[in-house]
Amino acid sequence: MAELSPEALLPAYARSLGITLHGHESDLPVLCIEFGGNIEGRPGFLHGGATAGLLENAGYAALRTVLMAEGRDPVMKPINITVQYLSAGKPKTTYALARITRLGRRNANLTVEAWQDDRDRPIASAVMNILMA
Amino acid sequence: MSETPKTPSGTKPLPPFNAADAGKFFFRRGHPGWLGMRYDDHGEDWVQLELPWREDLLGDPRSNVLASGPIISLMDMASGMSIWQTTGVFTPVVTLDLRVDYQRPARDHANVFGRVECYQTTRSAAFVRGVAHDGDLNDPVAHVAGVFMKISYDPRQKGIAHG
Repeated sequence: MAELSPEALLPAYARSLGITLHGHESDLPVLCIEFGGNIEGRPGFLHGGATAGLLENAGYAALRTVLMAEGRDPVMKPINITVQYLSAGKPKTTYALARITRLGRRNANLTVEAWQDDRDRPIASAVMNILMA
Repeated sequence: MSETPKTPSGTKPLPPFNAADAGKFFFRRGHPGWLGMRYDDHGEDWVQLELPWREDLLGDPRSNVLASGPIISLMDMASGMSIWQTTGVFTPVVTLDLRVDYQRPARDHANVFGRVECYQTTRSAAFVRGVAHDGDLNDPVAHVAGVFMKISYDPRQKGIAHG
């Protein structure tokens, strides 16, 4: 599967927030974000909204990668997202990677995890449904 | 731990939380400050915040619509403030679960409002629901439901099985 450039994977919001492409795992993009004042919630902790933004962008980036490999380039519209916050985000680099649970013609279901030091202890996870129009 | 504000003896108790006053310092810094969020309105058990449209918050190069990420941030912040407004106490809370159902994209160049009510609180948890809209509360952009935990409360310390 062809790896897409960060420009193709990340919308204005993601780049503005500071999300970057960390690498690929099993052909799917791993995104990351460095801690900074613009993503801080409670002093010294990641804001839940910024965590959700990272999860969501990892979901879109993974789906975009898979669709482009199939020669599809639809407009992707969010149907819903449920975010589970598992532990407080510390002032460290945060990573996120999505898994495409089901890919249909009109919609896709994804699960996404975000982690910091320990891959096996995610700080948040999300389930997303995305419409492809 | 107590849910009532503690002050050194001899000083006046803290005034009840007021979203309008709190907004003055909440939005100066951090992620909400970076997004440019502002306080808009509140009632006894709800708070409404506003997220101004901005070009660098777009989610799709093919449209001029705000990305959904900043809308989650808006709803998360309005949720927390609705809890403090309802309980009257600025006690630390953390998001446990937040669900957003998108009804339609926000309009081109539209500011988005997040209105959240706290409909139930227990000793350890708070439950919220609300809508994101771009001017008409009855034509929402998204519906939101969330559960928050009060981190100052530890049920083990009081021998209570649940909040």
